[in-house]
Amino acid sequence: MDKINQICSKVFPLGYKISIHGDLVSGTANTSLGDVALIGTVNQAAVGVDLAFELAGKVLDIVQHSPELPIIILVDTQGQQLSRRDELLGNAGYLSHLSKCFELARDRGHRIISIIYNEAVSGGYLALGMIADQSFALSDAQIRVMALPAMSRITQIPLERLQELCKSSSIFGPGVENYVALGALENIDDAHLASLVESAISNKSTIDNRAKLGHERGGRNMAHTIIESIIKAC
Amino acid sequence: MRIENTVGIRESTARQRVLAILDADTFQEYLPPSERVFSPHLKSLGMPVSFDDGVIIGEGAIGGQNIYIAAQEPGFMGGAVGEVHGAKLTGLLERAALRKPAAVVLLFDTGGVRLHEANAGLIAISEIQRAMFNARKAGVPLIVVSAGANGVYGGIGIISRCCDYIVITEEGRLSVSGPEVIESQKGVEEFDARDRALVWRTMGGKHRYLINEAQTFVKDQIQDIRNALMQYFNKPIPINLDTVMAEHQHLGERLRKYGKAEDALDIWRDLGIANPVDIPSLDFDAFMTIANQVRENG
Repeated sequence: MDKINQICSKVFPLGYKISIHGDLVSGTANTSLGDVALIGTVNQAAVGVDLAFELAGKVLDIVQHSPELPIIILVDTQGQQLSRRDELLGNAGYLSHLSKCFELARDRGHRIISIIYNEAVSGGYLALGMIADQSFALSDAQIRVMALPAMSRITQIPLERLQELCKSSSIFGPGVENYVALGALENIDDAHLASLVESAISNKSTIDNRAKLGHERGGRNMAHTIIESIIKAC
Repeated sequence: MRIENTVGIRESTARQRVLAILDADTFQEYLPPSERVFSPHLKSLGMPVSFDDGVIIGEGAIGGQNIYIAAQEPGFMGGAVGEVHGAKLTGLLERAALRKPAAVVLLFDTGGVRLHEANAGLIAISEIQRAMFNARKAGVPLIVVSAGANGVYGGIGIISRCCDYIVITEEGRLSVSGPEVIESQKGVEEFDARDRALVWRTMGGKHRYLINEAQTFVKDQIQDIRNALMQYFNKPIPINLDTVMAEHQHLGERLRKYGKAEDALDIWRDLGIANPVDIPSLDFDAFMTIANQVRENG
């Protein structure tokens, strides 16, 4: 079975229906709490202007025709499309538009949950997965901004030094556990994913608590305190 | 200290920019360098730190109206966003959502995520984005200025377009992936980063204004930038079904009309510009005359 069907059958044992066009997947699924809308990507999609626009259109369809239906984003992206054409046409405008569509949905009562079932990288992850109210990842998912060898090349910090630092810090190394420690992902056991997604659907909080979680989990020690101190400054 | 009105912000520091743009003696900084709030991660990598982590935030007045302002320091890590830097921007925007100033002015000048703290930087940009949406929902207009030497790239490029307005200069740039990143990943045939003319016409202020990725094109002069900002004070654009659908239609039309364009010159020609090759060399007034004609038509 391919990865998208594997994750769907795991999370939606009561049934799901998806269709795949190019790198875009959409559909619906049943849960014990009712139907949910599915939207996302396959094939480690590079998110450029065309795909971002199609995804945005799907989100707007849900907003217009299925009020308050929870939206589950199935994330598999290698990042933003790296091309001259996409930048020429304004990829920032398209990726931000996709985010605005999700924000509009949230504002109109749609619960938004993302599941990283294969890969999530930088700009694609930002626009597609991180916009959710709650975010889950399979324990073997690949999550990163940049692989360590490339990071070493650009920052001029020796690879061995970066690898050593990764043992004590969640700040720059790839991996699900790092993003959990930093507060961006729920801390889960893959075996319980279906029930955890269901409880996330019934959770109504739309407050961004990632900095707080990152603080509590010891991955990010400064962000939460700084944000709070600025809000409260006289 | 005020910079002369004839001087712009491209060559100045973040602090000079803030002091020049605000009314004299109105700046009140949050977490100033004297509080030494800097990146613990750079320190553990043995790298130099900055006591404001490369971003200045606070409040002040422009034309007598209370606004919040942030400026990224171009000379520190290329304006890149780490944990502390990002949290300062998020805090400012969340504060704005509660206190409702006439606007939040964001002087961005950045390559995006700071690789030395990559995960924290990326998450921070997502948190800034959520805080931007909160401020917009509270009715506070967010205005990005792209006029700095680094341009506005990466995740900050994306979330800049989540703001109400973008003010750009000819030398400002706005994109997601930078020329060097595209070239290193996809080859010089895809993007020759040394071809500066290609960079400017693909990502630069004139092109962004022509295709409506930026709402205002200004000269890089302090008084012009102040005027451009003031026109948007207390004029928030709501994020609702009507505005998002309108944007969807606009972006769909752009793809249909220009999706096959090979170069900015093709788009400019299709926009109805008679001599697109002249656009990069036109002075401000000549460019604006042509640009405002075709922007109205398109």
